This record gives sequence, C-alpha cells and structure tokens, in this order.
Amino acid sequence: MTGSQFGVFGIDPWWLVLLKVLAIFVMLVLLTLFTIWWERRVVSRMQNRIGPNRVGPFGLLQSLMDGFKLALKEEIIPKAAHVGVYWIAPVISATAAFLAFAVIPFGPTVSIFGVETPLQLTDFPVSVLYVLAIASIGIYGIVLAGWSSGSTYPLLGGLRSSAQMISYEIAMGMSFVAVFLYAGSMATSEIVSAQEPIWFAVILLPSFLIYVTSMVGETNRAPFDLPEAEGELVGGFHTEYSSLKFAMFFLAEYINMVTVSALATTLFLGGWLAPWPLSLWESANTGWWPLLWWLAKVQIFIFIFIWLRATLPRLRYDQFMKFGWKVLIPASIIWIMIVAAARVLRNDIDFSNRELLIIGAVVIAVLLVGSWLAQVVIDRRDTARKLALAEFENRTYDPIAGGFPVPPMPGQQAVLTSRRTASPVVQQEAIDG
Amino acid sequence: MTEVNLGEEIVFWISGGLAVLGALGMILSKKAVHSALWVALTMINLAILYIANSAPFLGMVQVIVYTGAVMMLFLFVLMVVGVDSSDSLIETLKGQRLVSIVLAIGLAILLIAGVGAGLTDVVPVGLEEANGVDGGNVEGIARLLFTDYLIAFEVTSALLITAALGAMVLAHRERWLPRASQAELSRSRFLGAGHPGNLPSSGTYARHNAVDTPALLPDGSPSELSIPGPLVARGDVRPIDHHDVDQIESLGGGTK
Repeated sequence: MTGSQFGVFGIDPWWLVLLKVLAIFVMLVLLTLFTIWWERRVVSRMQNRIGPNRVGPFGLLQSLMDGFKLALKEEIIPKAAHVGVYWIAPVISATAAFLAFAVIPFGPTVSIFGVETPLQLTDFPVSVLYVLAIASIGIYGIVLAGWSSGSTYPLLGGLRSSAQMISYEIAMGMSFVAVFLYAGSMATSEIVSAQEPIWFAVILLPSFLIYVTSMVGETNRAPFDLPEAEGELVGGFHTEYSSLKFAMFFLAEYINMVTVSALATTLFLGGWLAPWPLSLWESANTGWWPLLWWLAKVQIFIFIFIWLRATLPRLRYDQFMKFGWKVLIPASIIWIMIVAAARVLRNDIDFSNRELLIIGAVVIAVLLVGSWLAQVVIDRRDTARKLALAEFENRTYDPIAGGFPVPPMPGQQAVLTSRRTASPVVQQEAIDG
Repeated sequence: MTEVNLGEEIVFWISGGLAVLGALGMILSKKAVHSALWVALTMINLAILYIANSAPFLGMVQVIVYTGAVMMLFLFVLMVVGVDSSDSLIETLKGQRLVSIVLAIGLAILLIAGVGAGLTDVVPVGLEEANGVDGGNVEGIARLLFTDYLIAFEVTSALLITAALGAMVLAHRERWLPRASQAELSRSRFLGAGHPGNLPSSGTYARHNAVDTPALLPDGSPSELSIPGPLVARGDVRPIDHHDVDQIESLGGGTK
C-alpha cells in the first residue's frame, strides 16, 4: 500500500516477512496449547479441583500430549457425509483463524538483525475491516462442517452458529464505529497510537462493553456456546468429526479466542502501550517491552473468557437472540448517535465541554422521566396479572384431579392437611406483600 | 494505459481464473449448496482483485457484505429448506420470462455502455491524484457517497429498508394477547389444559422399540399420549401386538 502513514509497512525484506509469519504461527500454536492448559487449571481451581498436573512442570505439557493423542486417533467419516465439503470445512476454519493475526500490532518499531521494522506483519488503511472479513469467512468452516456431516445435530449446530455469528457480528462491527470516529482511522497501528494519552476503553466505555459481550458470542464460548450445547446438540457442528479434523476445529476455537482478545486489546486497551503506572517509566513504550504489555492484556481477556465459562450457565437460544437483536444492536446504534453528535458539536459547532454537559444532563433527565412513566404503565399491567394469579391460588384445590401423578385408588378422597387448608390465605398474603 | 507490474499480473491470472472457475462451477453444480459455495469463491477472488487494484475498502466490504452476510443467508436458507428439494419449473408469475429478457438486455446495454465509456472517454488521472483529493481511498469514497451521490445512496437504503419491512410483514404474526410466561404456561397445564408433566414415552418391548409403538396403560389398552400426534395423523402408528400384552399379563400374573 502506498501512503505516507503506512511507509513503515510493506518495505521489509522477504526473509523478515517470512520470519514474522513464522513467529506469529508459532506464537499462536503455543498460545493455544497454553490457553487449553490455563483454562483447565483455572476452571479446576474454581471448582475446587487441581486440574492437569502430571505431564511436565505444573502439567504444562498436558495439552501437547493431548494434541498428539488426538492426531493419532482413528478417523471416522460418516457414510452420509459430502466428502469434498467435509474435508475443506476444518481447513477453512483453521486457516481463517490464523489469517486474522496478520494485522495485529504487537509493539513499536524495533531492530531485527539490523533492520528497523514494526512488530506487526502488515497494516493498511482498513485493517480492522480485514479482521471482520476474515471472521466472516471463518463462519463458513463451521456452517459447512454442520451441513456436510449429513447428520441432524451437526446441521442444527451449524445453523445455530451461522445465525449467532451473523447476529453478533453486527453488534461487534457497530462497536468499532465509535473507535474509528475517535481514532480517525481504520488501521490497527494508528488506532493504537491514537490511544496514547487515554485508552478508548475509558472514553468509549459502552462500545467496549458491547464489544466484549459480542466477542464471546462471536467465538461460541460459554455462556453463548449454543452451537455446541451438549445437552441439546451432542457436540454441535463437530459431532461427526474426529482425529486431526476435530483437532483443527479445536485449534481454530482457541486461536479465535486469542484473536478477539488481541483485537479488544488493540481497539480499546491501547494495544502494546504500557498501562498507567508503567507508562511513567521513560522507555516503557520502546524496544521489546511493549510485547510483554500486549501479552498481559490479552491474557486478561482470556482469563475473563475462562471465568465466564466457569461461572455462567448457558443461555436459552431465544433469550440469546433476543439479547443480541433487541439489546446489543439498538444500544450500539444509540451510542454511535450520541458519540457522533457529541463530536459534531465539539468540532464543527464549537460547543464547550460545559454546554455539552448541560445538553447531556437534559437528555438524561428526559430519559429518566420517560422511564418513570413507562414503569407506571408496566405496574398497572402487572396489577391485572397479580389479580389473575390470586384468583388461581384461591381456587378449591383437588390434589388428585386428573390422576396426576398417580391415579387415585377406587373411592380415594383427597385428605386436606391443616397446612393446605390454610394456604390460600398465606399465599394471598405473599402476593399482596 | 498504465503499466502492470509482474506481481499484479500473477495475482490477476490466479484470482481471475479462480473467479471464472467459481462462476462456471456455480452454473454447473447439481447441488444448490455447492453452487452457493462456488459463488462465495468468486466473491472472495473479486475482493482480492479489488485489493490488488488499490481499493482495499471495496475489497473488504465485498467480503464482509457479500461473502459474509448475503451468501451466508443463502446457505442458511438452502440448508433449512433441505438440500434435496428440487426446483419447481412451473412459472408462477405471468410473463416473467419476457420481462426478465427485456431487463437482462437493458442491464447488458447499461453495463457495456458504462464500461465502454470508462475505457474510452475517461482519462485516468492515476491513484495518487484520485486518493490525494481527500487524503485517502476511504475518505474519498465517503465524501462521494455523502455529497455527490447522496440521493442514490438514500434511495438504495430506502429500497433495502422496504425489503426488510416486506420480510417482516411476511413473517409477522399478530399477537392479540401478551405472550404467556413460563410460570403461566405451567399453571395452565396443571389447571387442565394439556398434560402436567412429560408425556409418557413410547412402548418398549422385546420386538420393537420405536416412537411409533404406543405404551400400554395398566389395563392393557394403548396410551394415545405416548405417540407423537403427527404419526397418528399420518396413520403410521404400529398396532399393539396382543402377543406382547398376553406375555405381560403372564409375567405380572395379573388379571384384567
């Protein structure tokens, strides 16, 4: 790409490009192995267990050995599978997972074997959109795996995941808009440098929260792991996959976790920039140190992923979709409008901070009054519902009506205990109180 | 015309070839899902060609919108409808063929005229100058969309909103009463509407064990509730083998 601000990219010698590609590949595979171990250990601790601690120091090599075992397992291909598509689906999934990392910035310009180069494979004016595009190709892997297995549960899992990822990609894309407005760019390296004084997670907190929610949905992780809901769909889209092909889906899921965490770090937590107390140190943002800050921030997100998995139950599918379409997307549209309006008022019409605050206060007051009025209406509706409930509770109770759960013996009569006779009054009190 | 360097030429022949392959595959595939996949391949390769021509924004939007959303929805529908359902060849719209031929010729004329004019009448100024006006490719597209082509942009968005509204109207179901909550549904079940708990499961016998076999009630009669309604409607219910019933009685030693 030509253009003055991207001068540092695209001029690396070929061996350096190759080196960076190899480094990113190795780092992602190692991070996957580490994350699997880390997840198992953390979840174990949260469940009062110990977790894998036998293979290697602290059990660190456990996931490596599991990987070997998985690759050496017997491969079973169902008879009803559509062979070509069945083969290519895990490849699409894993490839797309690796590709997204090409534009993630790890650090500032450093010197590698005497060549000054940024710690980032490449960058161009729309690199954040590139991540979105690659993510949308990655969905194909999951959908096609579900379809090509020729089996019902994988098909349902594949359909669920396509619906889920498309829905949450909208909210995700909209959470980027405010960042683009503030950074004035869609290039990852420029977004990072635009966060030099203050991170976007602070000034664009709603965007950050929307992104963090939708990134969990986008990676099919608990509590949004409906495509692989064991209780309903066996293994979801990968039910019919085994051996190395299953391992590729596994790899893709964990790399996607790292990718969305890295993107969250880049867009909202200042990328490789040092966090506050460390940023006081002169050379915190030079040399190879930023790589460490970057890794620490990504690990925080991965820990949150694990924490969510250990604590939250899975959502019901309709609740999940309702949340995405009726809460996240409208919320992000409103937030983008607020941000855009505030920026126009500040930059073009020359409002001062004080005037902006007054306008904000008026808007909040209107919202408060509106929500109070809405509450009054809802309360009125609830009263009607409570009356119906009271009527139900006050009916004469026949415990053996309809023969449930056990058919009555001939001539059997219900025996009313004293507690039961008193209960309508008690329940009425519970409703009123 | 402008110079084409070696890298660009290689990209063009690979991506262009794959795009044409995808287009051919789309027409020649027998399975609808395979056709959709070939189209996705064509779209991705078109995006690569856009990026190679220094239009990265267009390339990315092509992948996100067409590959990621439009083709995905196509796939979604194909999968839900079922892969083996064949298309009906009966035309439901009168004169559809004639209108589509006229429109296709019109579109072809429009495209050929547009591309022809672009190749002959327009003098290319070069990328640097075109992008330099607004300081970048993305900024240039944004300015054109929201100034010179604002009306076209708004009309297109109105068209899309109309389509979305149409889909909503088609899928809409009028709800006269508020939706019953889980608690209310449970209460109404216990009050007599429907069955309070899980329905009894189908019969399990030594000879057959399937959803089309009714379970037996204590008096030996088949339980209607233990078989799914659609099977009853289709007449697919397996009759009770009275040999089974006799065996049960002899095992239990009971009398009717």
